[in-house]
Amino acid sequence: MTANGIFQIVFYFAVLILLVKPLGTFMAHVFQREKTLLDPVLGPVEHFIYRLARINPNEEYNWKENALAMLLFNFAGLLVVYVLQRFQQFLPLNPQRMSAVSSDSAFNTAVSFASNTNWQGYGGETTMSYFTQMVGLTVQNFVSAATGLALLALIIRGFARHSMKTLGNFWVDLTRSALYILLPLSFLLALTLVSQGVVQTFSPSFSVPLLQSTIDINGAKVTEQQIAVGPAASQIAIKQLGTNGGGFFNVNSSHPFENPTPLSDFLEVLSILLIAAALCYTYGYMVKDTRQGWAILAVMMIIFFGLLSISLWSEQHGNPAFTSLGIDQTSSSLQPGGNMEGKEVRFGIPNSVLWETATTAASNGSVNSMHDSYTPLGGLVALVMMHLGEVIFGGVGSGLYGMLVFVVVAVFVAGLLVGRTPEYLGHKIETYEMKMASLLILIMPITVLVFTAIAVMTDAGRSTIFNPGVHGFSEVLYLFTSQSNNNGSAFAGIGANTPFYNVTGGIAMIIGRYWLAVPTLALAGSLAQKKFVPPGEGTLPTHTPLFIFWLIAVVVIVGALNFLPALALGPIVEHLMMH
Amino acid sequence: MVLKHLRIAIVSLILFTGITGMIYPLAVTGIAQLIFPDKANGSLIKQNGKVVGSSLIGQPFSNPEYFWGRLSATAPYAYNAAASSGSNYGPLNPALFDAVKQRIRALKTADPQNAKPIPVDLVTASASGLDPHISIAAALYQLPRVARYRGLKEKQVRMLIDQYTDGRQLGFLGEPSVNVLKLNLALDELVPLSQEK
Repeated sequence: MTANGIFQIVFYFAVLILLVKPLGTFMAHVFQREKTLLDPVLGPVEHFIYRLARINPNEEYNWKENALAMLLFNFAGLLVVYVLQRFQQFLPLNPQRMSAVSSDSAFNTAVSFASNTNWQGYGGETTMSYFTQMVGLTVQNFVSAATGLALLALIIRGFARHSMKTLGNFWVDLTRSALYILLPLSFLLALTLVSQGVVQTFSPSFSVPLLQSTIDINGAKVTEQQIAVGPAASQIAIKQLGTNGGGFFNVNSSHPFENPTPLSDFLEVLSILLIAAALCYTYGYMVKDTRQGWAILAVMMIIFFGLLSISLWSEQHGNPAFTSLGIDQTSSSLQPGGNMEGKEVRFGIPNSVLWETATTAASNGSVNSMHDSYTPLGGLVALVMMHLGEVIFGGVGSGLYGMLVFVVVAVFVAGLLVGRTPEYLGHKIETYEMKMASLLILIMPITVLVFTAIAVMTDAGRSTIFNPGVHGFSEVLYLFTSQSNNNGSAFAGIGANTPFYNVTGGIAMIIGRYWLAVPTLALAGSLAQKKFVPPGEGTLPTHTPLFIFWLIAVVVIVGALNFLPALALGPIVEHLMMH
Repeated sequence: MVLKHLRIAIVSLILFTGITGMIYPLAVTGIAQLIFPDKANGSLIKQNGKVVGSSLIGQPFSNPEYFWGRLSATAPYAYNAAASSGSNYGPLNPALFDAVKQRIRALKTADPQNAKPIPVDLVTASASGLDPHISIAAALYQLPRVARYRGLKEKQVRMLIDQYTDGRQLGFLGEPSVNVLKLNLALDELVPLSQEK
């Protein structure tokens, strides 16, 4: 890799880390209902929502009532997205005259956007009307991310409070997250993206003459190029910031209208990790010990950097079989080199791989290069990131609460090793907490592995695999890994828009989102009720380098052991075949 | 309790739909169309008042007089900007090697004397199928061929390549890249082709 490539990565980390404290502090103010700079503008909107929806902002609920509110809200959203897709042919803003989406695909997409997964079995520009994209999908981009943030706010209060039954008010956290955090950032990002060339228009697609005519697959002469446009920038901004990932166009942020320049790419990939990274600081702020937040951020950064290096090395190395064909894959100031299949020239290798690692670390799932065409080790990194349970940054909100579960497990195991009662932030960790934590750690691998096994054993699962050999197995493993972890990226060769994959994937996404969110709320609810235990001599400090190392070990061992056999059948075999 | 929260869920969803699904995209569209009308509508290239393409969307080229871009996996024709797509070939897929070898054969047929190693981006498919760029190396590889077919000095063509190279943004972001459509339009302006082949 060139020195410039390394510099771009360093620059990215530097900007990200610099933004953690200011944004993290701001979000803490939002969650704690303290004054912010945006109050004069957004305060009236906030209170208008409370009044119309009859939300009492001063009322607090226990974990069960908050869980109920969250589930009802998400179910309502799911239903709306489903109905919009099924009836889009009768609705306005449909200049391409898109017809109704099939029932299984509409189910999959509705679950996908409500659960912050944004897996896309369809091609945006060939399936969805502008109305469906805006009123259905863009709205879910906001509210599913705001749901994640609200859940996190409730769960953090569980860790911060003692001898209390309530965690806060889901509706207030939801409203404030959407209005104060997601909306202003999206607005700024959307306009900046348009300045780079991202389209934002309600005109229908149009055609331009081709400079040199070409022929299509049927041998017919083609003299015009069809170009799809649309209100893309407004959706792209929130899909990046809210770890949603669902693109306006089929190829997501590799499309030149979705990500036209290296600067737009930098801003979009920065947005993938921005909120998730800053939330670590928010956490430390709210539990009144910012060292706790920095320690968790350090764990995320170290694992991220380790896996990023592997993928960078592998992709820049390129495809060994190309060398004998007289192809030059070296990187220089004249060419990006490396494995360029499925990548764009303006991004080259470092920016493609940085995005690949960020989007699978966070449960974003947007792409600026095609993961299916990565080298085996490059693809392995994406899979491993998701197999760790989307806790390395993870989804906005959900990533950090997933990591907090790992912190509880790490504290518990450390306590067992030295024979002391484990405690974290003045809470005793007991049987109930560990039951919830074990549930969280087991559900995701079971979902991924069972569905993958079913798919590779049935014709319905096997018939739409695209790449031959072990890579085909990786496509199926990736599909269920992505959906069960609410990521949404894909080894996109696989034909996923079939009743089999739409239904199984939809179920996997529901389990991955809600079956994990509810036990984590329960865990937080239980912690909040506990009496404060002052730290004693035997208390394990949870902000030291030793604990950082220990937490990395717990996350990696749990993640790696669950999936090593499956990975051995896919990318690892493929790597051995390639060399 | 259920009914109370169900009511809040429905009303707040309607309100959020209004704010984030209507006001937000309409506000962004309004401002974008006002400040950046060219960019918001697809960065179209106009010649003599006529639209001849988008500077962000590549076009397919196979004539030796033109620079060629990346391979494109869109259907039913290459560079169909109404159905973006990558090839999704895995690194060991025989179809990947077929596509690469076919491109190498085409390049060699168009320019048999050229024995230099071929830059990798010239034989691989882009992620979007619409990549408007090739690397500088890929342009230099094709330079002797284009100059010969156009009856131009290599120096003249080299100057055009430099002119249509997008450098690293801010000096370090991204990769330097050559805009193929703009370069070919400039070539046509310099040496008009007698008729389209």
